[in-house]
Amino acid sequence: MPEPRTIPWWRDRRVVPWLVQGGVALVVLVVIALLLGNLVRNLTAAGLLLSWRWLGQPASFDVAESLIPFDAAMPYWRALLVGLVNSLRAILIGLVGATLLGTAVGMAAYSGNGLVRRLGRVYVEVIRNIPLLLQLLFWYFVVFLSFRNGTEALQLPGIVLAKSGLYLAWFAEGWRWQGPALVNGVWQAPWRFSVEFAALLTGLITYTGAFVAEVVRGGIAAVPRGQWEAATSLGLHWGASMRTVVLPQALPVIIPGLNSQYISLAKNSALAVAVGYADLYSVAETTLNQTGRALEVFLLLLGAYLVIDLLISLVMNGLNQLVQIRER
Amino acid sequence: MAANSLLASLRRELFASRGDALLSAGLLALIAAAAIGLLRWAFGQAQWVVIQANTTLFAVGRYPLDQQWRLWLLVALLALATGLSWGLLRANPRGDRSGVLWPANDRIAVAVLAFLTAWAPAALRLALPLQLRWWGITALLLALRWAAGRWGRRLPPQLLRWVPLIWPLLYLLGMVLISGGLGLIRVPPSEWGGLLLTVLMASFAILASFPLGVLMALGRRSELPLLRWGSVLYIEFIRGAPLITLLFLGQNILGFLLPGGLAPDRVWRAAWVLTFFCGAYVAEAVRAGLASVPGGQQEAARSLGLSVPQSLQHVVLPQALRIALPATVGQFISLLQDTTLLSLIGLLELLGTARTVMANPDFLGKNAEVYLTLAVLFWCCCAALGLGSRALERRLDPSHFPA
Repeated sequence: MPEPRTIPWWRDRRVVPWLVQGGVALVVLVVIALLLGNLVRNLTAAGLLLSWRWLGQPASFDVAESLIPFDAAMPYWRALLVGLVNSLRAILIGLVGATLLGTAVGMAAYSGNGLVRRLGRVYVEVIRNIPLLLQLLFWYFVVFLSFRNGTEALQLPGIVLAKSGLYLAWFAEGWRWQGPALVNGVWQAPWRFSVEFAALLTGLITYTGAFVAEVVRGGIAAVPRGQWEAATSLGLHWGASMRTVVLPQALPVIIPGLNSQYISLAKNSALAVAVGYADLYSVAETTLNQTGRALEVFLLLLGAYLVIDLLISLVMNGLNQLVQIRER
Repeated sequence: MAANSLLASLRRELFASRGDALLSAGLLALIAAAAIGLLRWAFGQAQWVVIQANTTLFAVGRYPLDQQWRLWLLVALLALATGLSWGLLRANPRGDRSGVLWPANDRIAVAVLAFLTAWAPAALRLALPLQLRWWGITALLLALRWAAGRWGRRLPPQLLRWVPLIWPLLYLLGMVLISGGLGLIRVPPSEWGGLLLTVLMASFAILASFPLGVLMALGRRSELPLLRWGSVLYIEFIRGAPLITLLFLGQNILGFLLPGGLAPDRVWRAAWVLTFFCGAYVAEAVRAGLASVPGGQQEAARSLGLSVPQSLQHVVLPQALRIALPATVGQFISLLQDTTLLSLIGLLELLGTARTVMANPDFLGKNAEVYLTLAVLFWCCCAALGLGSRALERRLDPSHFPA
C-alpha cells in the first residue's frame, strides 16, 4: 500500500508565513538586543545613562534671537523652547511664502504669454537642481551680508535691507503706518528680521516654491480641458477662469502634494544652523556640545520634528476633506 | 518663409494683446538688465583665480599627489566603459524609434552640458598636461563609442549579455583603486575629499539604498503583519526626521550602539546614514510603482505555477520598477544634493572643501565665485541624471514597442 503523499510541514501554506515572520522577528530582536545592550553598557561606562535632570540646569549660553524672554541663566529646556519657537516661526512664514510663490509660478505655466511660461520653467529647473544648503549659503554670504549699514543700506518703499537686518513698514502704536527710519545712524522699524532669518526664509521659500509650483502645475493639468473652454466661452477672462473654475477643481489633487512639500520644508528648516539662525537644531547642537547628552538631545529633536510633521499632516488632511468635490 | 513664421510665433507668444506686449517688454528689459549685470560681474569684477588655483583641491581634496594616477586611471576606465555601453546601446536599438527619444527641452539641456564640459578645461586654466589628459579621455570615450556602434552588432549575443557586468566589476575595482589594498598604498577615507568624496558617497548610497528600498516596499505591501509593520515603522521613522538629525545620530550615537572598535570611521558612518535615509524614500517610490501594477498580474503569474518570489521577479517587479523609475531617480538626485549636508558634520566633500578654501586668507570673501561654481557643477550633475532617467524611461516605455 503506497504511503499517502503529504507535504512536509515546512512547506505547509499554513506554517510558512509564521516561519518567515518568526525568522525575521528573531533576527530583528537579536540585533536590537545587541545594540541596546551595547548602548546601556557604553553609556554607563561614560556616565551618560538616560536622564532628564540636566534640562533644569542653567544653559549659560545666549541665543541670538528669541521671541520669548531668555537669558543665559535660564535652564536648558527654556533654551530649547526658544529654538522650537524660532523654528516654528521660520516654518510658518516659509509655508505661506512658498505657497504664494509656488502657486503663482505653477499658474504661470498656463499663461498665454510664452515668455512668462518659459521663465517659470527656467526658475523651476534651476532651483530644483541645486542643493538647498548651497542656496542658503549663497543667500546669506553673497546676498544678505553684502548690504551696508546706515545711509548706504538698500532702501525700497517700505523695506530697508541693511547688514544689521531687514526692516519692514508696519502699523506702529495707534494704528499709525510707519516705515523704517534712520535714528542716529541706526535703522528703526516696527518690524525687524535678522539677516540670518531673512536669508533662511528667502532660501526656503524660493526652494520650496519651485516644488510647490510643480505640484500646482500637475493639479491644474488634471483638470479637464473642457473646463477651461467652458469658462472662456462664458466670457470669463484668464484670471477669472483660473480663480473660479480651474483652481477649485485642481485643489483635491494639489493638497496631498502640498502636504509632502510642507513636511519637507519643515524638515529643511533644520539647515538654519548653516546660516547661524538659532533654530531648534542649532540650539540642540550647542546643548550637546555643553552637556554631552547625545541620546537625550537626539530623542528630543526626533520627537519635536515628528510632532511638527504630524500637525502639518493633520491640518492638510482636514483641508483635503474640505475641498473634496461633493457629488450630489 | 522661416523668418516670417518666426515673427508670427513671436507675435503670438509674446505680443498677442496690449497687456501681453507690456508684460513681455518689461520682462525682457529685466532679463537683459540681469544678464548684463551678471556678465559684467563675471568678466569684470569676479576673481576666478580662487577656483583656478584650487582645482585639485575641489576635485579630490587632500588625496596624496603621488597617488593621483590611480584616479586618472579610474576615470579613463570609466570613459571606456561608458563609450562601450553607449555604442552598444546605439547599435542595438530596441525598436522604440517611433517615439521621440529627445524632446526639445532635453536637447537644449544636452547642448548646455556638452558646451560646459568642452569649455571647462579652458575656463579652469588647467595645466597643459591635465588638459591633454582631459581631451585624451574624451577622445577615448568617443572612439570606443564609435567602434562599438560600428561593430557592436556583430558581437555574439551571449557576449552582449555579459557587457552590463563590467559596471559592478568596475565599481569594485574603483573602490580598490581609490582606497588601496592589493599591493597599492592605502589611502584612508579621511584623505578623500572634494568631488571624489561627493561622488563616492552618492554612488555608494544610491547602489546600496536601491535593494534596501525594494525590500522595504515589498515588506510594506506584504500580507504578513510583522513584516508590514516593521517596514512601516522603519520608513516612517526615517521620513519623519530631518537628514541632519540622522547624521547627528550617526556621528554621536552610533559609537555607543556598536561594541567598542567596531564602529566604522566618520566617512563610512555618514555613507550608511545616507543609505538608510535614501532607502526609506526609495521604498515609497517603489511602493507607488507596486500599487499601480494590477493585482491580476500577480494572480495570473501564480496560476501559471510561478512561486511568489518568481512571480515578483519575472512579472510584478519589472513593471513596478519601470513605473517607479522617475520617482526613484528623483530621490537619487535629491540624495546627490543632500551629500552637501556632510559639510555640516565636518566632512570635506565639495561644499566642505569650498568652505575650507574660503577660510584661506588668500581667498577671503570670494563667496560668490565659489558658490556659483559649485551651483553650476551640481546643476550639471543633477540635470545629467534627470536626462538619463528620462531617456531610459522612454526606452523602456512599452507603448513605443512595435505591436
